[in-house]
Amino acid sequence: MIFAVFRQERRGQPFVHAGSIDAPDLEFAEAWAREQYGRRQESEALWVVPREAVREVHDFPDELSKTYHRVDGYSLKAKLKEARERASTAAA
Amino acid sequence: MSERAQRLLELADDELILGWRDSEWTGIAPTLEEDVAFSSIAQNEIGHARALYELAARDLGTTADALAFDRSPEEYRSAPLVELRRLDWARTIARHWLYETADELRLADLKSSDDAELAGLAAKMDREEVYHRMHAQLWADRLRGDERFEAAVDELWPYALGVLAPEQRPALAKRVRRDEVQAVERGEHSDELRELWNEMTMVRRSIPGATW
Repeated sequence: MIFAVFRQERRGQPFVHAGSIDAPDLEFAEAWAREQYGRRQESEALWVVPREAVREVHDFPDELSKTYHRVDGYSLKAKLKEARERASTAAA
Repeated sequence: MSERAQRLLELADDELILGWRDSEWTGIAPTLEEDVAFSSIAQNEIGHARALYELAARDLGTTADALAFDRSPEEYRSAPLVELRRLDWARTIARHWLYETADELRLADLKSSDDAELAGLAAKMDREEVYHRMHAQLWADRLRGDERFEAAVDELWPYALGVLAPEQRPALAKRVRRDEVQAVERGEHSDELRELWNEMTMVRRSIPGATW
């Protein structure tokens, strides 16, 4: 069985996928994950999850190029420049 | 040598030699995950040995390295259980499980010792040993009933008793549900230990007095 291991580096930080463990059951997965991802004090905590419990979601169509859904959909450069100029004119 | 120093050396030698033996699986353990885990456990044991040698070294006016590497094989106080070599995996797990079970009893006694320094160190070591025991128990539960594993436990049982002081042995017998038998005591060393010693001290002996 494959188990996905997620690692939290410091308290409060998000858990990040660290790798996987091939183990016969959850108990062995836990023991092995502990030695593989925790023995150098590199982790605050681990999540050990059966791989099949992780639902992979992909394929996000954007056929109509709805750029306003994205951060880069708005160009702020020109607007910022304009605003700065306005501000400096007002100050002067 | 004080009784305290002798006791520290027994513990330290057990952990050093077992750590060395366990590290012989590095690269060839049954699975990659187990390889990493068992190597890590081996390193922990050697870390414990180091801390114990440091305590002993202060009492004896020497250094941890000198105690670990500069004594002759005959001067080591390790139990024959940890010295055995060429164990297959079933025998390795049998030894690991028997040793950790015995070590738990030994550490429990040390933790309640009047010697605050030793009690403190035992408590620290025990916080790591918890996970060694968990690992050993997982494997022992999995291999129980397996012919090779059971034969190995039978074979190593008298050696396991020899890890502990006589008064601690009944508790071990109860824990592993076996009758107490004639123990293989500390003292005599096998050729296997001399071979290990040769390998273990080779680099240090190559340049006496060097600082590493």
